[in-house]
Amino acid sequence: MMEEVTLVSQIPAFDTLFPEKVMVDSRKGFGGFIIERDFFLDFVKEIRKTWGYDFLSSITGVDYFPDSMEVVYHFYRSLGGGALVVKVQTSRDCPWVPSIAGIYQGAEFQEREAWDLLGIKFEGHPDLRRILMWEGFEGFPLRKDWKEAYFEEEGKPYGSRWPDGVAEHSEDKNPFGDNVKYPDNFDPEKWVPAGEEALYLSLHKPEQANDLETEAIIVNLGPQHPSTHGVFRMAALVEGETIVDLQPAFGYLHRNHEKIGERNTYLQNMPFTDRLDYISSMSNNFAYALAVEKLMGVKPPERAEYIRVIMAELTRISSHFMSTGFLLNDLGAFFTPALYALKERELILDIFEAVSGSRMMCNYFRFGGVVNDLPEGIFEKIKDLAYERLPKKIDELDAFLTDNEIVRSRCIGIGTLTAEQAINMSVSGPILRASGVPYDVRRADPYSVYDRFDFRVPVLYHGDIYDRYLIRIEEMRESAKIIQQAISQMPEGPIFEGRAQYQVKVPAGEAYGRVEGPKGELGFYLVSNGQANPWRYHVRAPSFINLTSLKPMSLNQKVADVIAILGSIDIVLGEVDR
Amino acid sequence: MSSEKLNKPEIKVPPELQNQVAVTTLDKIYNWSRSNSLWPMMFGLACCAIEMIMTAASRFDFSRFGMEVMRPSPRQADVMIVSGTVTKKMVPQIVRLFNQMGEPKYVLAMGACASGGGPFKEGYNVISGIDKYLPVDVYIPGCPPTPQALIHGLIVLQKKIESEKLAEAEWYKKDFYEEIPVPVLGPDLMDPRKYGVFQELKMKGNLENPVEELAKGEEA
Repeated sequence: MMEEVTLVSQIPAFDTLFPEKVMVDSRKGFGGFIIERDFFLDFVKEIRKTWGYDFLSSITGVDYFPDSMEVVYHFYRSLGGGALVVKVQTSRDCPWVPSIAGIYQGAEFQEREAWDLLGIKFEGHPDLRRILMWEGFEGFPLRKDWKEAYFEEEGKPYGSRWPDGVAEHSEDKNPFGDNVKYPDNFDPEKWVPAGEEALYLSLHKPEQANDLETEAIIVNLGPQHPSTHGVFRMAALVEGETIVDLQPAFGYLHRNHEKIGERNTYLQNMPFTDRLDYISSMSNNFAYALAVEKLMGVKPPERAEYIRVIMAELTRISSHFMSTGFLLNDLGAFFTPALYALKERELILDIFEAVSGSRMMCNYFRFGGVVNDLPEGIFEKIKDLAYERLPKKIDELDAFLTDNEIVRSRCIGIGTLTAEQAINMSVSGPILRASGVPYDVRRADPYSVYDRFDFRVPVLYHGDIYDRYLIRIEEMRESAKIIQQAISQMPEGPIFEGRAQYQVKVPAGEAYGRVEGPKGELGFYLVSNGQANPWRYHVRAPSFINLTSLKPMSLNQKVADVIAILGSIDIVLGEVDR
Repeated sequence: MSSEKLNKPEIKVPPELQNQVAVTTLDKIYNWSRSNSLWPMMFGLACCAIEMIMTAASRFDFSRFGMEVMRPSPRQADVMIVSGTVTKKMVPQIVRLFNQMGEPKYVLAMGACASGGGPFKEGYNVISGIDKYLPVDVYIPGCPPTPQALIHGLIVLQKKIESEKLAEAEWYKKDFYEEIPVPVLGPDLMDPRKYGVFQELKMKGNLENPVEELAKGEEA
């Protein structure tokens, strides 16, 4: 992982190309370039056009209280290679940077998120509304000087919660006995709610081609709806049965992952990452461990690397099984295909439970290894799954579904996304590869020991629901192959580098660790100031950014197809809203 | 459930009729049928919802206990399994769903988050337990609770239902009307039931240092 630094050498020396406007970030532990704000738009156009940085991975803001604010961008080439890290600095009093949503559509939601949580204004953004919190919420929660209602201390570990042997409850410290706080002199009787006007006003009816008078109506789906895969909500403008505009609405499961993460110590965040994409907790652990290991400069021993890969690939199989099962649910085959899929998932969960002690929330990775070695008998179980059971069951699912008349007629040609659109929208994972872009982080920017395995990155070119389904089936097969190779190559030895400790020492600096999760590119951006808690802890959630493609995929499709399209994106709300 | 459990022990049923006839009380037969046909609401919030799905799936299969009919519509459901973290943005919808359920209705708080905020309690957008708004019948610990724990929770709920009495049932009372005021999203979440507390605090002075203000109030 530390070898990745060599890839950075391929990045052109922008500071000599654009003197005075671009500077190398010379703070200790930091990298990348700092761009003059006025030059930023031109710079972005230039790197996209001339230097091939067409994939915008992540945008996030960092509040360097009390000095300044910074927006951090991670650009990649869709051909592969390391990150181009670009930063734009702005004042804290009136923070703004130019929006690049017009150049990279994938920036749209991420810029809205930075506005919502940090209050950084993106000039020129087409629709700068709050995204995770509601319209009318007071304050920007991720700013360092914003305190939540249950605020105790800046960072954990907190002082005793048992002063004099008596338990303290946060509720008792708040006048309302609840997790709320209001601005001074707020009067509920004089207050007018902001409502949901803004969401509905953001829907636009396209220009009519003929002069036939038609009326479009707004259909609201979710947050409580059986086919939104959780508490996702979208408002669609429909004309007859056809979608003419659509806006997703997020935040119904916004659990303040990042704010809590900045109060936690590094290790305390590990179980929280489980709850991001709660179907594939091992992958989340993996990405977070990679990011912190980058900062700490440790490398897990061989055996741990192999165990990690096996667990991550098992996770991918279980996640893809589940998403395939539930896609069929969304197509109307109520629960029967899902039952087949869930049966296999249970077997994988058994392995997770044996190694980590928990079925879903594994909390298995540590900085520099994993918690436990494989217990007795589990290696044989994994072997049996990887060589016998799973390949057979994947074939079975394939045989039942792939040539199914209904699956084919409902999925082929529906919800298409072209390669250009997919890259431009920062879509990742199976959706990107179904649109014909052979981009897989395991191959494009290898981490851990993935460079040692022989596996194929499946690519298909229609970009419709059917291709996304096929990609998932193929990926499961490839994952089984990777597990087989990992089993045969796995050495004996220690599973942890160094001494296990609760409080790890993380030197100051920044790091971006990313893995190819089952849903797409999962990244963690961390800024450390050398203390026990991360200064900034940001999650680049694939499900969240993949949802950018929901609107273009759904336009001019029927209402029923939108459900299937959403199913094929395969979102997990814990990750979308964080 | 076998007929023995339903039968009143003091009344003897002739052996040839034992599989066809049971003599019982109205309470018993009423509760017996209700507790064995609980219809949970198909409604997932977060991670716990996945375990709820797994509980419904073939390995654990809670239809063995008579609760496989999951209804997405609150009007058709008896029991609301609050499966996951309740956020401020979501709670108005949950309260509204609860209000739309017909009586008798039950609430199961599944997992740490729904019971008391769980690991996310300190978060600015998280409700510290659904019991701040809804009357909870059974709490299930765990993060997430295993399917076994969920089934256990449902069995506990069944036991609770079996011990209810028709004559005392609230929802048959004449002027029984229980609608929980729906919280409003303002600068922060606002519970209409607490507007009084708000005015009281305001009368005392500004809200700048509420902890101190409250302490002063307690001393007085």
